[in-house]
Amino acid sequence: MAVAREDLQTQEIELNMGPQHPSTHGVYRALLTLDGEKVVKVENIVGYLHRGIEKLAEDRTYTQVIPYTDRLDYLAGMLNNLGYVQTVEKLMDIEVPERAEYLRIIMAELSRIASHLIMVASMALDVSGWTAWFPPFRERERILDLFEMTCGSRLTVSYMRIGGVAADIPPGFLSALEAFLDDLPQLIAEVNGLITGNEIFQARCRGVGKIDLETALAYGLTGPNLRACGLPFDLRKARPYGIYDRFEFDIPTLNNGDSYDRFVIRILEMEQSARIIRQAMAGLPDGPVMAKVPRVIKPPKGEVYHQIEGAKGILGFYLVSDGGNKPYRLHIHSPSFVNLGVLPKIAEGGNIQDFVVNLASIDIVLGEVDR
Amino acid sequence: MENIFTGIAAYLKGLLVGAPPWRQTLAMGLLYLLGVLAFIFLNAIYLIYLERKVSAYMQQRLGPNRLGPRGLLQSVADAVKLLGKEDIIPRGADKWVFIIAPVIIFIPAVMVYAVIPFGKGMIPVDLNIGVFYFLAVASTTTIAILMGGWGANNKYALLGSMRCVAQMVSYEIPLTFSILGVIMLAGSLQTSQIVAAQEKIWYILLQPVAFLIYFIAATAEVNRAPFDLVEGEQEIIAGPYTEYTGMRYALFYLSEYANLVSVSALAVTLFLGGWHGPWLPSWLWFLIKVYIMIFIFMWVRWTFPRIRIDHLLGFNWKVLLPLSLANILVTGVGIKIYQLLTLGRW
Repeated sequence: MAVAREDLQTQEIELNMGPQHPSTHGVYRALLTLDGEKVVKVENIVGYLHRGIEKLAEDRTYTQVIPYTDRLDYLAGMLNNLGYVQTVEKLMDIEVPERAEYLRIIMAELSRIASHLIMVASMALDVSGWTAWFPPFRERERILDLFEMTCGSRLTVSYMRIGGVAADIPPGFLSALEAFLDDLPQLIAEVNGLITGNEIFQARCRGVGKIDLETALAYGLTGPNLRACGLPFDLRKARPYGIYDRFEFDIPTLNNGDSYDRFVIRILEMEQSARIIRQAMAGLPDGPVMAKVPRVIKPPKGEVYHQIEGAKGILGFYLVSDGGNKPYRLHIHSPSFVNLGVLPKIAEGGNIQDFVVNLASIDIVLGEVDR
Repeated sequence: MENIFTGIAAYLKGLLVGAPPWRQTLAMGLLYLLGVLAFIFLNAIYLIYLERKVSAYMQQRLGPNRLGPRGLLQSVADAVKLLGKEDIIPRGADKWVFIIAPVIIFIPAVMVYAVIPFGKGMIPVDLNIGVFYFLAVASTTTIAILMGGWGANNKYALLGSMRCVAQMVSYEIPLTFSILGVIMLAGSLQTSQIVAAQEKIWYILLQPVAFLIYFIAATAEVNRAPFDLVEGEQEIIAGPYTEYTGMRYALFYLSEYANLVSVSALAVTLFLGGWHGPWLPSWLWFLIKVYIMIFIFMWVRWTFPRIRIDHLLGFNWKVLLPLSLANILVTGVGIKIYQLLTLGRW
């Protein structure tokens, strides 16, 4: 709505937010058309982190693809690994030993907590709550220490293998994990006291970027974004994979579908993940961590699609095998890419400050968006 | 100890005996200016370091601790770094506006110190409209930020400076009205009179609401969190300061800290009893109180997230302004009742 009088005229400006910007969560670009502070139009421009993972996978053996999957949602590496190896195992009908299954659950849920910690910290930072950024990252360091203890890497873990996991957990892992889980409620209380309950934060986030359930389903949102709109849909309960059906946990669901709910729901999910990890630790059996799998992985000819509940939403791997030792085609259904589609709808009409909050609350990782 | 600065000034004034009066006034004026500039620069250098240390300790980390004892030379390193930066003027920038903006923002930052009583008998210029002068001169900071944002030929800068105009102009009103309560009690705009009137009781006890309003409005005036939308780093990069490099950028930061010290100094003068205090020299008390105020400003900055522009303006016009008007009403009624009780007449 640009105004024009004989002597006064306003104009809409086109502003590039990104790809270098303090709060675009990676190399993401948004072409904003602004009328003053108000956002009139948003155009998502992605692809700045495209590395051709799907094409590269066609020229690597099945095991060699695993490090590429680390770099999809690089903030939750274990979950990507899990999705991929389970896809290949589904195609090859491999049964994974019990100990490996339990270890996979522990690592996957730790990864989920790590990813949510980043979201919580980054969203607080995006509204300029500098001090609130530190506690989640401080605790996340402990998770990364656990990963490093186990497989040598903090982020690009490549821990899962087709048929199990790469190595058993070292001594000291379980006690460190228990200490971390014992301290997690204190961290959540700290974050709640500093940010979640803060009036300014609530004023910034409540009612901002409201998505009703119909729109969410129409845009294909999944993960915490969908659950914040009122639908308790979690693949771990709806279509359990691995041994998730053996664990008792709740699906946090909130009703407003605004940025505040998307923030709070991730805090609640961290608590549930901690519950799952405790149960997995209690039930951890002895045994091998790797199944008897042929040296050269050659799945039978065919195609398979497998989905897991990733940290950002439903992470799906579509694999076509031609009988050889390299995938014929690997396609990755990335939740962040799909979730990003709803951003123009919720950001148009708000102002720039709301745009930043909306982007932060959807929680994207560019590695996953661009692959 | 108490008279160390007044002693120096008196000695230098003694050297000028016999010179024509205009030369005396000019020389003393320059001396006071030098004193104020030294105060600003030393404080700014220390405050850059203090801000980083305070924020660090609040965030459970250490802050600068490598350069010099306890990291005290960090500001020196930063100053040297900024001096060595390339001086970039963006293509398409409005050249003169861009170049002059940092200078213009620094001038009112220095000028307001003319009416601050640093200690007993230590005001550079004891204007009888002291507080009014302070507010009027401080308002001109807005135009400098507007110039910085416009001259940079950068849409982020423009957005930042637009926000600045809206914010700073709006928050001046509750700032002024909150000070009016104090002026009504003291009966004078002269800062030395206001400090003298607080000999028995500090005005923060008589005007707590006004102090709170002043604190909030002052935070908005110096563009500190939670009102730092002008420089909203997560949204508009660095607002009007985006395209500035090197010493120009340093001047903006210097004036930001100079403004912080001046609003703290005004708060001390109007609400915290100025330089009054037992045993220690008056200027030391002044310094202690100013630093307490600065610490509270920093505490607030590192705790709260940023407020949104419509909430900012709504808060100003719908909450702070009526509250400050109510404060004036209550103060007025209170003064009359006090006069009635003590003097037996209206």
